[in-house]
Amino acid sequence: MTHQAPHPTTSSDDPDRVAAFEARIARGESIEPKDWMPERYRKQLTRMMSQHAHSEIVGMLPEGNWITRAPNLRRKMALIAKVQDEAGHGLYIYCGTETLGVDRHELVQQLLNGTAKYSSIFNYPTLTWADIGCIGWFVDGAAIVNQTMLAKASYGPYARAMVRICKEENFHKRQGYEIMATLAAGTTEQRAMAQDAVNRWWWPSLMMFGPPDSESSNSDELLRWRVKKKGNDELRQRFVNLTVPQATAINVVLPDPDLKYDEASENWKFGAIDWDEFWRVVKGDGPCNRERLAARNKAHDDGEWVRVAAAAHAAKRKPSASEAA
Amino acid sequence: MTKPPDEASGPPADSQWPLWEVFLQPPKGEAHEHAGSVHAVSAEHALQNARDVYARRGEAVSIWVVPSAEITASTPEDMGPFFDPGNDKPYRHPQFYKVPRGVRVF
Amino acid sequence: MTPVPSSLFPYLLRLADDRLVLGHRLSEWCGHGPILEEDIALANVSLDLIGEATLLLKRAGEVEGRGRNEDALAYFRDSADYRNALMVELPKGDFGFTIVRQLFFSLFSLLQMDALTKSSDADLAGIAAKAVKESRYHVRHSAEWVVTLGDGTEESHARTQRAVDELWRYTGELFMADAIDREMSDAGLGVNPETLAERWNAEVGKTLERATLTIPKVGYMQRGGREGKHTEHLGHMLAEMQIVARSHPGASW
Repeated sequence: MTHQAPHPTTSSDDPDRVAAFEARIARGESIEPKDWMPERYRKQLTRMMSQHAHSEIVGMLPEGNWITRAPNLRRKMALIAKVQDEAGHGLYIYCGTETLGVDRHELVQQLLNGTAKYSSIFNYPTLTWADIGCIGWFVDGAAIVNQTMLAKASYGPYARAMVRICKEENFHKRQGYEIMATLAAGTTEQRAMAQDAVNRWWWPSLMMFGPPDSESSNSDELLRWRVKKKGNDELRQRFVNLTVPQATAINVVLPDPDLKYDEASENWKFGAIDWDEFWRVVKGDGPCNRERLAARNKAHDDGEWVRVAAAAHAAKRKPSASEAA
Repeated sequence: MTKPPDEASGPPADSQWPLWEVFLQPPKGEAHEHAGSVHAVSAEHALQNARDVYARRGEAVSIWVVPSAEITASTPEDMGPFFDPGNDKPYRHPQFYKVPRGVRVF
Repeated sequence: MTPVPSSLFPYLLRLADDRLVLGHRLSEWCGHGPILEEDIALANVSLDLIGEATLLLKRAGEVEGRGRNEDALAYFRDSADYRNALMVELPKGDFGFTIVRQLFFSLFSLLQMDALTKSSDADLAGIAAKAVKESRYHVRHSAEWVVTLGDGTEESHARTQRAVDELWRYTGELFMADAIDREMSDAGLGVNPETLAERWNAEVGKTLERATLTIPKVGYMQRGGREGKHTEHLGHMLAEMQIVARSHPGASW
């Protein structure tokens, strides 16, 4: 049996086995691909991991939009490397998802035909160079708040992919903030560019953490199975607390007149999020939903002849496949 | 163009290519370690992809790639008796034998 | 100290511009490649080339001695002042076009950079040593693909042959020498590209044969890039590349 074959499970999982499984998780053990797992755990993990992978891939598009216009050689290379890392992160997580018994071809189809979800932040457009700085600062910043938690996820392949990703994130983290700091200390036009980007990216970044805990359907199970360790609200608050002093340090204003430090809780209280906007974007009416999917479909369609040719060539070589090319 | 082995079958269906497992050897004389997987159509292709995906920051002095289907893995049950602390047959593991001091262990 | 020949500056620009323009064209694939693994692979080649270009432009600016650094040279020269070969500025086309062009250029670069490791300009020799290793890998990657696509399906064969047919008339320029090349080669600083042609033709011929592809008959080899006489494509490419930098002259990024 290869490591790809899913472990057979009964349609209604045996409660004793489920209890033993949950005890393993409670003990902090790592669940590996060949271990028995409830069918629901397999389904939830497949959904979570593939959604995460899809987000990395779609995330290449808004940032990739500025590669050809990056304003100096160092930024150009750094941006290409960052987008390349995102491709890599998507790849690591897709491979992790495949250990649960699904082929990447199927996962790709789900993204392309619109049935799979990805992080809605990537449905917003990048309109200026400053947007690249903002994405690094806010979006990667928010992702890091999530990721440090996921590096200890109960499913081994996911946790290991996350450890690898966290190591590479260090480089991304600094980049975005550095871009913003430079702009905010630059010419009048650059300062205006930076502030405009902040105004457009701040609220969508807060929405990245998902709906309030009171409205989030999947959370309890995921918390019990140690695939998610903190609620959306707590993570969102942590992100705000980290980011407010960073904004102050570089002299940009976060577009929230209700932002106020609360001594008692040691939290930066913030204003009301427009959840109508959130749901609208999630359901497909964000500024770039259609464009993102169209771009991914085009790349996939344009590339079909290449993928097929590679497979055809390999098939011709099969008799001597063990020989060096 | 050379003739394909079976002309009647036509070009293969579109896929994301077969899966390969990647093992990297870090620079300091340690053993190869599993790094993850890549998709590729041949060994040469897998090696190049592995280098681009997992070793572009110079983390490896050697890369091994193996088609995932070629790996034979144990099942958790195979490993059970050695790891289950409630195991009622402790004498299977050398750890449970007392070795007199001064005796060299092979 | 021996005075630096005046042709060193334009010579370095040729080396740099080839790589900057080709690296930029490759970067256009980011997020649009045929499969994830190839998005990553092409980005690597792009980064290698832009990295080499950055080092070469830096050296060029020093040699010129007028205070222009690598960014000033990359972002504030018009196409008439760019010195890349025409082949690298052509739009990226389909994957077959990109990979055939990559093979043609990488093989040229490998031979050229290998020779330049013996340049009497220490900086150039150092850059060349790094570029040789990178070019070697680029050749391996693109050759593997050209053979795969040439001897893949009927469609891939047709597309790849079309790419060879379209690109061949631009390959001659890589090996044309002028007074600058001769002065550089006489001074032990540069390599005369004519000396690279035979080896290049032999290697490319071998790979194309393995790929079951044929070399077209070409009467006239297109040229002009080395004197700043480019195709219409470069202007559009530079307009896009330079727009942000040029919109904020003097700004830091």
